[in-house]
Amino acid sequence: MTTEMDQKTKSNVATKKLTLIQAINEGMDMVLERDENALILGEDVGKNGGVFRATDGLQEKHGPDRVIDTPLSESGIIGTSVGLAVNGMKPIAEIQFMGFIYPAYDQIMTHVSRIRARTMGRFSVPLVIRAPFGAGVRAPEIHSDSAEALFTHMPGIKVVCPATPYDAKGLFIAAFEDPDPVLFMEPMHNYRSFREDVPTEYYTVEIGKGKKRIDGEDVTLITWGAMVPLVEKVANQLKEKGISCEVIDLRTLYPIDQDIIAESVKKTGRAVVIHEAPRTGGLGNDVVSIINDTAFLYLKAPVERVTGFDVPVPFFSLENHYLPTPERMKKAIEKVVHF
Amino acid sequence: MNKAYPMKQVIDDQGNLVDTSSSSQISKELAQNAYYHMYRIRTFDKKAKSLQRQGRIGTYPPFEGQEASQVGSALALRENDWLFPTYRDHGAMLTFGSNMTRTFLYWNGRLEGCVPPEGKNIFPAAVPIATQLLHAVGASWAEKRKGTDNIAIAYFGDGATSEGDFHEGLNFASVFQTPTIFFNQNNGYAISVPFERQMNSRTIAQKGVAYDIPSVRVDGNDFFAVYFEMQEAIKRARSGNGPTLIEAVTWRTGAHTTADDPTKYRPEGLGQDVVDPIVRLERFMKNQGYYEDEFIATTQSKVEEEIEAAVKEMEAYPKANVEDLFDHVYANPPEQLMEQKNSYLQLLGGE
Repeated sequence: MTTEMDQKTKSNVATKKLTLIQAINEGMDMVLERDENALILGEDVGKNGGVFRATDGLQEKHGPDRVIDTPLSESGIIGTSVGLAVNGMKPIAEIQFMGFIYPAYDQIMTHVSRIRARTMGRFSVPLVIRAPFGAGVRAPEIHSDSAEALFTHMPGIKVVCPATPYDAKGLFIAAFEDPDPVLFMEPMHNYRSFREDVPTEYYTVEIGKGKKRIDGEDVTLITWGAMVPLVEKVANQLKEKGISCEVIDLRTLYPIDQDIIAESVKKTGRAVVIHEAPRTGGLGNDVVSIINDTAFLYLKAPVERVTGFDVPVPFFSLENHYLPTPERMKKAIEKVVHF
Repeated sequence: MNKAYPMKQVIDDQGNLVDTSSSSQISKELAQNAYYHMYRIRTFDKKAKSLQRQGRIGTYPPFEGQEASQVGSALALRENDWLFPTYRDHGAMLTFGSNMTRTFLYWNGRLEGCVPPEGKNIFPAAVPIATQLLHAVGASWAEKRKGTDNIAIAYFGDGATSEGDFHEGLNFASVFQTPTIFFNQNNGYAISVPFERQMNSRTIAQKGVAYDIPSVRVDGNDFFAVYFEMQEAIKRARSGNGPTLIEAVTWRTGAHTTADDPTKYRPEGLGQDVVDPIVRLERFMKNQGYYEDEFIATTQSKVEEEIEAAVKEMEAYPKANVEDLFDHVYANPPEQLMEQKNSYLQLLGGE
């Protein structure tokens, strides 16, 4: 097994061009292959291979008692996963859309995340909860929520959110190996939007480490999930206008990589946080706090936030107004740069 | 205690054997063992109430009146089975092998109270309602996958059957035929709300029919009825024939917790006709000649000694360790949590 590789090493291993969803499928296939206690539970994950085809072919290969079509019952999926996990199994639970996770919130909040603490480590729940999230794919109501802050506020669980195929496979395997529960958020907007080279071997990407996607000097853009490619695009456009943006993909939302934020903002002296979830109580506020705690005296301008509005994720005819747009990002970036 | 609908009974209120089909399985040893455990948990319960009144432990939910249900079910289990209790099932937990000092510690606000003895599959008491049914389904499903014949029992009350997790639990168990016993103690009240307001169903047992789960209604104040029905259910579960729902009809003699006053919501005199399950067992034992003075005296002194020692140990327990606040949340606490811990410990140290 290898951990995250640098570009040089990466070029020496066998790779395949995969989409993000294919990378997750490959990660699941590998853990099912290696660990007989690994199980997949979810609605339509078996014969149908998942509504997004994330588990395509896995039931055929690993059997219906390992890749399990459950009743339509989110609390049931997570609640039984608690029992399975404390008794030696390694469940991977799929919640079909993050907007459907709320019936299971009680189980996650009161049991998944606190069994270890309540029992001083006697019982633990090594469970991965996979949930596609985010707007911008013209989905029906409730299918587009971005509810990470409900879980980063929850002690006892980790929250991971890959933006690229390479990170998706490596972070998935890391989440599976983690002794604690992990909410694995999958930006459905990025499921098939691009491919990249993904090693065919088993590897992990460390949970709790962000990644610098673009090096820059003038301003730090901090984001995650489906916003990452969009922010990269904005950064490249602004480069032509003479603004050098550093782009950081947090990749893990709890625990947040404080060092990567501090280091970058100390260098640039300016920061904009971009996320698609609503602003109030959003994770962007924690990022601003981290900057306050670690780089306040280096700041040349107040930190800006570009986020979803404090409204329910709208019907899709309005979703492009809800999501942070390149225009809003550019305005915020120019504001901090010209402060 | 709702006796309007049929329920299985082995001994009646006067302690007479009314169902002779299982009489060959009733022995002096079984009756005395049942008595010992029921007397033991009753005394524990009384002690806990009195400790609470003296401010020596926190709020406590008494289970007085439900001893036959709790002992009858827990005694039927085997060493490696799983037990998923609620906060009112310390009687069942103690009977199955929980540590008494730790049980007191739990009600004294101590984390140590949730840690079962090594090798004992006793989950911490569920405080949210009905969530533990799904855990029992999952844990027993894992046993089935491992190829063992261990089973899991989930305890819950009448109010829990109004929760979604009750139905999700029964449905999962039914679909996957898990070796799960759903053990309901229908004690008539969910805090202040009576059975009749909780549901328009006549019984709880009938709810299992919807899931095609064998379901039975037993007299929950009759140790033998509970014990023998549990054995039937366990036999089915161990042999791969899936879950069972048991409705044990009983009566909560006292308050929901030491923090409420049942006279406010329970009509005066209601439940006065309920014969105490321990009295009923005593009558049976006297009828059979099992109620031996020496046994009773030994039981009483043994139990008192155990409880006094547990209280003493609880009160002499080392002070709660501040580090426990931080150290068990994750297997490897993240950096920001360690920062919070260290800065707080530093503050405490500097005082």
